[in-house]
Parts: sequence; structure tokens; C-alpha cells
Amino acid sequence: MADARSLTDLFGILGPRRTGDGATVVDSSVTQVTEASYPTKALQKFLGCLQGADNPLILDLGPVVGSNVTFFGEHLGCRIRVEDVAADIDRHVKEGKLELLPEYFAGRFTQAPGSVDGILCWDILDYLDRPAAQALATALCRLLKPDGCLLGLFSTAETREQVYTKYVVVDESTLRYRTYPALRQRQRSLLNGDIIKLFRDLRVTDSFLMKSKLREMLFRKPAARV
Amino acid sequence: MWKRDESVKPATPPAQTPAAAPSAPVAAAPASEPRTQQIGRDNVNIGKSVIIKGELSGSEDLTIEGHVEGRIDLKDNVLTIGPNGKIKAEVFAKAVVVLGEVTGNVTASEKVDIRDNGSVDGDIASPRVAIAEGAHFRGAVDMQRAGAKAQPKSTAPAAPGQAQPQAQKVGA
Repeated sequence: MADARSLTDLFGILGPRRTGDGATVVDSSVTQVTEASYPTKALQKFLGCLQGADNPLILDLGPVVGSNVTFFGEHLGCRIRVEDVAADIDRHVKEGKLELLPEYFAGRFTQAPGSVDGILCWDILDYLDRPAAQALATALCRLLKPDGCLLGLFSTAETREQVYTKYVVVDESTLRYRTYPALRQRQRSLLNGDIIKLFRDLRVTDSFLMKSKLREMLFRKPAARV
Repeated sequence: MWKRDESVKPATPPAQTPAAAPSAPVAAAPASEPRTQQIGRDNVNIGKSVIIKGELSGSEDLTIEGHVEGRIDLKDNVLTIGPNGKIKAEVFAKAVVVLGEVTGNVTASEKVDIRDNGSVDGDIASPRVAIAEGAHFRGAVDMQRAGAKAQPKSTAPAAPGQAQPQAQKVGA
């Protein structure tokens, strides 16, 4: 007979437990720090998009990963600005001001509109509720140059693990997923249509459903019409 | 170079600027002089009790364990910010190794290496950048393609010979 933990795990596929008032209960005991490598297809496409650009500017929304900075710098001769949005989320959780995230994201980025060639969004949108995700997506669309591209990863599995993931680039076709503790868990998975609506100003050029239960999507901003 | 006649009097009497005394320029802080020493022939160490405000330039490798505020220009040499070093300056060097804290833009013609527990808050321009796991970095990285050299915005050429901390306060 399965024990309580096993049953909890079994029903976990239905999503995180909820209390009577709707708040999500997170079992921190399931938080694990892990590391594993998985293939990626969208990264190659992302690099291909930026290959022709001269000294492109990339915005990385994940935490600083030194080897990624080196990788992108050496492959693209680019400028990389690291803006750790996960840290922003954690700070808002600590301060109990999650409801202010949409407003925060609207003024979060100081770059000029249309000045960024590529954005590494990773899976940060999975940690945001709809209004905050929409505010962040809108801000990112505004920053992108025409023909600029955005790489997003979206979980297709409901998970209760309270971890962020550092996506460490091993090579053009391999990412190492390195998890680390987070103050917020992933929110409900975004459906394909929801994602497209979030980035309504961009066009989906590639979408890959990976065995790692991540959907890798590459967006491009349509070129300005002459 | 770093050794100085003990009889040299501070440019500003300490009594007039009691609050600024710990952060006075090197030339005005004889007490810290013995901490600034030449480790080897081509490597100079600025001890952790030394506070420099102004421009630091030279043609020797330099290790900083103290505080520097202003500008550091070692365009042909290696600058190491030790674990106790705290820099609030524009930095130009051949290579920069950060084990302490840097606030300000860093330009290196060869490499910037932020080690574990090192911290950089500012933009980096260098053809090679290494950021260790556990290092803190906030800013932008500009890695020129191989062949393109970093061009420090240095206007004052480094004095031939040795590192020369100048007794000039930033913004003064």
C-alpha cells in the first residue's frame, strides 16, 4: 500500500495543493538541487538569428552564469547585459509585494526601446502570474529591435519544486539544467495559445517540445515596414 | 616609488579634516605607507589599510587589498583586486583578476577574471571574461571579437616607470 507521501506525489500531477483560501502550499522538503544535461534545439536557432548582427546586444534574464557569458561572447562577439529577474521575484516575495510586479516590470528595464538584438528569457515567465507575465512580455517586446529574437522556455509539466533553473550552455545543442532554491514555485503551465498571446507583438518562428518537458520557443520581432 | 620619505608632511593638516582622515590620499596618509610594499620586482601590493582617492597609473602588476576610489590605469599590466580590496573606480588594465569588490566599469585588453566571491558592479569590456560560480556580477559584458582590442578611454598616458598614486581627490 502506498504511504501518504507516495499518494501526495501521485496526486501531485494534478497540480500543487491548495488551501481553503486558494493559497498554494509549497512543500519545501521536496526542493532539491540537481544538475543534468539535456539537448536543445532552439539555442542553435537563436544563435543563428544573431550571427549576422554586428556587436549585438543580448539581454539575459537569468542569473549570471560565467560560462554562458563566455560562450555568447565568443560565439557572437556580443554585449551581454545580465538582468536577474529571478532575484527580482524573490525580492518581491520577501517583501510581500508580489502584486506590484506588473508595475515593477513596466519600468524595470533602462535600455532604449528597440535597442536589444536578442533576449534570453529562459523559463522566467513560468514563475509569474498572468498580469506580471504580461507586463514582462510587453516590456521585452518593446526592447527588441525589429528582426530581434527572443528565446523562451516553458514547462509543460506541473511541478511543485520550489527551484529556479540556471541554464548552462554546454554547446550549441546542449544545456545543463542546474537548479537552485527559489522563494516561489512555478505557476500553472502556460498553454501554447497563452504564450502566443503574451508575445502578441512577436512572431513564433520555432517551437520544440522537448523530452525534458520544456517547450522551447523562438520569437522574432517583425521587421519594420518601409 | 611606494617608499617615501617619512618626513614628508601631509598636504592637509589632519586636524582640519578629521572625518576624511581615513580616506585621505596616499600622499597624505603616511601611517599607511609601510603597508604599501613592493612584493617582487614587477608586482606591487597595496595593503588593506591603505585608502587611495584619485588616479592610479603605472607599468607594474598591482595587487590591491585596500580601498581605491577614482581611476586605475595599468594598461600593460595585471591588476588583482584581493579578497579585501574594495574598488570604486573606472579600471583599465591588460588583465583584471577580481577576488574582492569592484564598483565601476572595467576595461581589459586581454582578460577579466571574476573569481569565487569576487564582485563586480559595472560594465566589463574585454575580449575574454571568466565569471566563476559564486561570483557576483551586475552589469553588461562587451566581448569584442578576437583581434579587436579593448580601447581604454585613457587620456593621460601612464608615467613610465612605476605606479604612481596621485594625491588628487576625485571630483576635486
